[in-house]
Amino acid sequence: MTAWHVVLLASIVCFGLKVLGYLVPARLIERPAPARTVDLLTVALLAALISLQTFAHGQQLQLDARLPAVLVAAILFALRVPFIVVIVAAAVVAAGIRALS
Amino acid sequence: MRSRDAEDTRAYRAALAVGLPTAAYGISFGALATVGAGLDVWQTMVLSLVMFTGGSQFALVGVLASGGLSAWPSAVASAALLGSRNAVYAIRMSPVVGRGFARRALAAHLTIDESTAVSSAQQSPRAQRIGFWVTGLVVYVGWNLTTFIGALLGDLLGDVSAYGLDAAAAAAFLGLLWPRIAKLQAQAVAVAAAFVAALLTPVLMPGLPVLVAALVALVFGATNWLGSRRPRLGEAS
Repeated sequence: MTAWHVVLLASIVCFGLKVLGYLVPARLIERPAPARTVDLLTVALLAALISLQTFAHGQQLQLDARLPAVLVAAILFALRVPFIVVIVAAAVVAAGIRALS
Repeated sequence: MRSRDAEDTRAYRAALAVGLPTAAYGISFGALATVGAGLDVWQTMVLSLVMFTGGSQFALVGVLASGGLSAWPSAVASAALLGSRNAVYAIRMSPVVGRGFARRALAAHLTIDESTAVSSAQQSPRAQRIGFWVTGLVVYVGWNLTTFIGALLGDLLGDVSAYGLDAAAAAAFLGLLWPRIAKLQAQAVAVAAAFVAALLTPVLMPGLPVLVAALVALVFGATNWLGSRRPRLGEAS
């Protein structure tokens, strides 16, 4: 597999998933258990990715400037600060800690 | 007529308010893909032009950045799993987008978190249609422009973590997660999945911890553990 293969394969799969949704009859997914699982799947995947992006360094776990940055982001989201402002704030916190340490 | 105009205006405003900041975030995708994962500018652009679903794009380059090309099965699987929610959005948007093969094919491409969210927040079918198309197009054009800028700048920037872009990516995912964890069940799933992913990181090959963490959702979803009983469709909520 070259990088091109991976890029094209993943892109086609993701586009295919969107197309698939327009072909599926609505009643299948509106039943409670599948609908609930799909919602929770998104939650689990996002939480796992946040966890790895905060703690993982290769295959090791590491506490560094990312954790305070993500905590600041969580506080700002709780205060309903706009998305883009929070992202910039998180980057500034992490960059600031790294510049000072 | 006047109230219809007002509703249209609200849909346009919501589309821009959500679409523009989201699009701006393509800069960090472009930078992370080129510098973090080592993709070239054109590979990065294909991801934004063809894959066009932010979570999956970040997941793919995130796994490649930590595990290298040999982690491609996990990278593709992570992107596909994160992209699977677009299939559900597509089912919801199917009656909204209108008819005709070309229109529906284009709609499929623009079916993402933001276009679905803005559309779902509108009242009339007309405003829902405006919300979907305007948000989708604004994000598509903007996201690809900023991806291109980020990919070009990424080469000049060097190590993106010095600019805190790795923390920015985590914060962006947190922003997507935040509105989804209002209920206890979702909170429990989020915490459990985060723990599982972190604890398995030293043990499993890169990419797999995320997929195993996804099993948490299947367990909670199938058993409805800690869940509230939902009113059935058609009943008053």
